[in-house]
Amino acid sequence: MTEFAFLIPLLPLFAFAMIVFFLRWNEKVASGFSIAMILTSWVMSVWILFETIARDGAPYEIFFHLTSFAALNFEVGILVDPLTAIMLIVVTTVGSCVQIYSLGYMHGDPRFSRFFSYLSLFLFSMLGLVLANNFFMIFIFWELVGLTSYLLIGFWFEKKSAADAGKKAFITTRIGDLGFIVGLLLIGTYCQTFNYQGVFQALGDGVMPAGVLTMAAIFLFCGAVGKSAQFPLHVWLPDAMEGPTPVSALIHAATMVAAGVYLVARSMNVFVHSADASLVVAIIGITTSFIAATIALVQNDIKRVLAYSTVSQLGYMIMALGLYGVDTAHGHHSPGFYAGTFHLMTHAFFKGLLFLGAGSVIHAVHTNDIQEMGGLWKKMKITAPAFCIASLSIAGIPPLAGFFSKDEIVASTHGHPVFYVLTLAVAFMTAFYMWRLCFLTFFGKPRDEHRYEHAHESPKSMSYPLAFLSLLAIGAGWVGIPGLPGIGEFAFHAEPYHTHVDVLGMLIATTVGLSGIILAYFVFYKKAIDADKVAERFRPIHTFLLNKWYFDELYDLILIRPIMAIGRFLWTFDARVVDGIVNGAAWLTMLWSDAKMWFDKWIIDGAVNGAGWIVRKSAAGMRYMQAGQVQFYALFVLLMIVIFGIAKIFVNNWWPLLVALFAGGALLLGFTARRSGDDDSAAGAYEAEK
Amino acid sequence: MQYYLILAGILFAIGLFGVITRRNTVGILMSLELMFNAANINFVAFNKYVITGDLAGQMFAIFIVAVAAAEATIGLAIVLLIYRNWRGIDTDNYSIMKW
Amino acid sequence: MAEHASVGIMFWILAIVVVVSGFLVVSLRNIFHCALFLMLCLTAVAGIFITLDAEFLAVAQVLIYVGAVSVLMIFAIMLTRDLADKQIPQTNKHAMLAFLGCTAFVLGIILVLSGTDMWRWAKTPLPVENVMTIGKLLMTKYVLPFEVISILLVAAMIGAIVLARKEKA
Repeated sequence: MTEFAFLIPLLPLFAFAMIVFFLRWNEKVASGFSIAMILTSWVMSVWILFETIARDGAPYEIFFHLTSFAALNFEVGILVDPLTAIMLIVVTTVGSCVQIYSLGYMHGDPRFSRFFSYLSLFLFSMLGLVLANNFFMIFIFWELVGLTSYLLIGFWFEKKSAADAGKKAFITTRIGDLGFIVGLLLIGTYCQTFNYQGVFQALGDGVMPAGVLTMAAIFLFCGAVGKSAQFPLHVWLPDAMEGPTPVSALIHAATMVAAGVYLVARSMNVFVHSADASLVVAIIGITTSFIAATIALVQNDIKRVLAYSTVSQLGYMIMALGLYGVDTAHGHHSPGFYAGTFHLMTHAFFKGLLFLGAGSVIHAVHTNDIQEMGGLWKKMKITAPAFCIASLSIAGIPPLAGFFSKDEIVASTHGHPVFYVLTLAVAFMTAFYMWRLCFLTFFGKPRDEHRYEHAHESPKSMSYPLAFLSLLAIGAGWVGIPGLPGIGEFAFHAEPYHTHVDVLGMLIATTVGLSGIILAYFVFYKKAIDADKVAERFRPIHTFLLNKWYFDELYDLILIRPIMAIGRFLWTFDARVVDGIVNGAAWLTMLWSDAKMWFDKWIIDGAVNGAGWIVRKSAAGMRYMQAGQVQFYALFVLLMIVIFGIAKIFVNNWWPLLVALFAGGALLLGFTARRSGDDDSAAGAYEAEK
Repeated sequence: MQYYLILAGILFAIGLFGVITRRNTVGILMSLELMFNAANINFVAFNKYVITGDLAGQMFAIFIVAVAAAEATIGLAIVLLIYRNWRGIDTDNYSIMKW
Repeated sequence: MAEHASVGIMFWILAIVVVVSGFLVVSLRNIFHCALFLMLCLTAVAGIFITLDAEFLAVAQVLIYVGAVSVLMIFAIMLTRDLADKQIPQTNKHAMLAFLGCTAFVLGIILVLSGTDMWRWAKTPLPVENVMTIGKLLMTKYVLPFEVISILLVAAMIGAIVLARKEKA
């Protein structure tokens, strides 16, 4: 089956093409076909995962040569190793759930079929990205993912905010991609290849000076920063919540943003050569994580809270990977790599679940504002438990999936006290704001009776994926139970990681998560502490957080305004100086051309017109040859054959006679045609009729 | 052998004559079929008398028949289209590419 | 060319039928009659094929040409009926010139062919199992052209449908 791994991305592409070209007009068939394709991909992915496990994780690679510039080869190929296998499962699982969920969520949308075609295209690019075997291909799919993300965020492009959010996401990630390109070029220049194995081998041989390598790694990381919404390019992700909620779940929680983390994990071999670059990665990761967690504390839009939570969790993963790089560069043993990928997987499941649950809630109450919800548990018997399971999972409560992966993240900060403290703080905040969300949404008294009355459980197509993902949010972590052989021996970098039981660490992590939940319980359920009063007391901080640390305003101030100012200045410069020069030049040119005109008019035109006159006169006679009637041409051919036959037989190719015969025949025919043309009234009649 | 070839030649000439002179487009198509058949007779005759090896001539004739069928289909579709657009299939009428 | 005398007689009869009906096809005024004579002519050509030991081709000729193509022609004639009936001249102004040219062409061919014997005559007779041999060849040596021709036919059918379909509006 692994030999056919290339089919996994091609099936959604096929679905995309079929929907765009043939199935667009029938919504049921279009969506059904799309779902069938992704489910097939999912089955294949599961199969491949088992085959990869059976192979003990030995990488499988096939590729063919595309073209080469000088010594640089471009290949198309696939690489299946444990990391890829896990990513395939994650992408196809969440993708399938989201597509099925969209059946209900997008029901009645005028662009229903198009939505599914976009989803298929996105899955194609994401799966291609995961399967690529070289940096060149990953970049192509990377950009494709960016494009589809743009299309999907701006799916409801009638809404200006949605169209703007699409643009913002596209442009912001593009800044990161610029860095990515530079990193790629550096790697390509020094290693003379883009193939992962080739690059890593070349780096191992030390073809790159240490400084350049650090630069290349940081530039590569720029791409990940853009795509995974890390500080300082995180601003696009919350805005991207303008897209339909299934899109948020698929792209902005489970898969696309994971691409950045995947890239860092994939090119781990680059980072382990540079402790500096890895440290940058880790610092960016924890900074992002902390900032996003604080912002999430006060947001009221259910999707934005989740968006910041995503940013925060991605920061976790990035940090873990970065710390792995640092530790490995210093020769220490670290669970960071394993923790990052593990958390990537569990996070995809429970965050996808959270988003789909949020979509279900929004579907029910038609608002994003959690202040207007409340008490929905009674109304939504599937969504609410699913959402709470995911919240417990993300808060790190055993034995749910998030507990194990988060535990490993915490473990990877071993030996870095600052990171350790911040990680625990973020874990506490995560538990707090997630349960704030839960209590405000599902428990207590309904705060808006009208909306509460109209709330209802979502259709089956939406609740089944929720149930399925709930199972994963509970159980996905069990593959990494400490002390047992699990994912650590499977997805590893360089050497397998054997998990070991760290009771104290677990206890601390669980306590932190539980205390977050309990605080949220007292504040938002028991009302033992009045949240508004606390907000009043810390008004400046509250406002600061509510405005997302003023990042958008900051960028407006330091980037957009100066650029606009420069633009205005350039415009003025343009109008005065450049236009002056241009106009002066034009004046001189006109003077010169006056002089030339005289010459042109009498000398050149005379010659040209003379030639034209000759052609016109001779054509007057010849044009009758062009009768416009195919039969006439056929006749001409026949006569010429006869003439040449006669000439061949009787005069044995005496060329002057041939020429004479040819000219005579042509003239004769021309004459006939002219006669028939002149008295031919039929053509005239047709034209008159027209 | 020569007789077959001469017969084919005559049939070809008749077809050609038809193609050149017919005013009705369907007539032209029919004449074209005659020309195809003339060519087929040639192929089969050569196949019998000159190159008997592997029936190449007959195979070729079969393919010609198939192509001719395709040609007739398309030709007639075009005729219908012209007829519908111009209310007539007289070749003298459609000489809009005339000088 | 030692052949049974009946083959020679058959050839002459068929040849005359072919030429006469062929000439009528291109010269009759009523286009419908032309089509009928086309069928006759093509059937006679099928007969010619039989004298040339090409039985399969003869059958195919009758099936495809007489059965299908001619019927198509008649359909087309009927669909474009209003022109066919009128006793307008069915030939255009090139008739005289074309007739001269074609006659010269035929004469030239006769002249050339009667004065030459340029072929190496075959030593071996044709295979007797005509249909079987053709079937085998179609599926082995000529399988690629065979497939191509089938694709061509499908394309022609689709093309014909697209061309002849009435505009929706």
